[in-house]
Amino acid sequence: MNITIDYFLILSAFMLGAGMYGFFTRRNTLAILISIELILNAADINFAAFNRLCQTGIEGYVFTLFSIAISAAETAIAIAVMINIYRMLKNNFVDELDTLKW
Amino acid sequence: MNSESIVFIVLAVLIALFSVLSVTTKRIIRAATYLLFVLFGTAGLYFLMGYTFLGAVQIMVYAGGIVVLYIFAIMLTGKTPDAKQHSLSLAKKGAALVAALVGAGLLMFVIISHQFVSQSLSAEVTNEAAAPIGEIGSSLLSAGEGGNLLPFEAVSVLLLACIIGGLIIARKR
Repeated sequence: MNITIDYFLILSAFMLGAGMYGFFTRRNTLAILISIELILNAADINFAAFNRLCQTGIEGYVFTLFSIAISAAETAIAIAVMINIYRMLKNNFVDELDTLKW
Repeated sequence: MNSESIVFIVLAVLIALFSVLSVTTKRIIRAATYLLFVLFGTAGLYFLMGYTFLGAVQIMVYAGGIVVLYIFAIMLTGKTPDAKQHSLSLAKKGAALVAALVGAGLLMFVIISHQFVSQSLSAEVTNEAAAPIGEIGSSLLSAGEGGNLLPFEAVSVLLLACIIGGLIIARKR
């Protein structure tokens, strides 16, 4: 059995589906962020797999590195915002966060 | 059935199982732990493809940095969530499940119906050096043909902005 690119793509599509389901159903802000991480990770696998398929060039490789860096930045800012929200409203559920100004 | 396919199957089952568990579990700290396992599995996939540096970055940044950040944030936002009060109705959950299944199923259908080159992606079978680290380093810091200096600098400015923004947003008033 050869491990062709199809297997990687199907695995990442499954991961994307799981992330989408979590993104739709979760109500805790941190849990939603965890689902977003799953989706981003699925995209990273695709980048690396297609770069491996092409043999020449390392663009996909480099962009996976950038994608990891950007998702780290995104997570740091989002968690700072959520901790701030929790400090002010004592709540981190999206269905109760309906106050813009207090 | 060679050793690479056994490794891939183990990693694929691990990733699939823990990504589903991560979005269905009630306790958020468990979700973060399952996410950690998914990230380790992804790093294993990179190692399987021969991208050792990428796998190391994945473990260092994701598993070492982001998951720790999540766990600290979960601890800081305290109080275990009252799951009953915030759980969705069954109809909404079913709608979300259908949306996710149809989306992923459509993607898988397109992938399967498209004829890709049937070439093995694991490093040992093709027996060649995948993406040497020197090439990556010079590509990241060269401005010429195939260089990535501009995105590299953009990411470094983004990270600086992110540090400052994080400090300002989360500071005590």
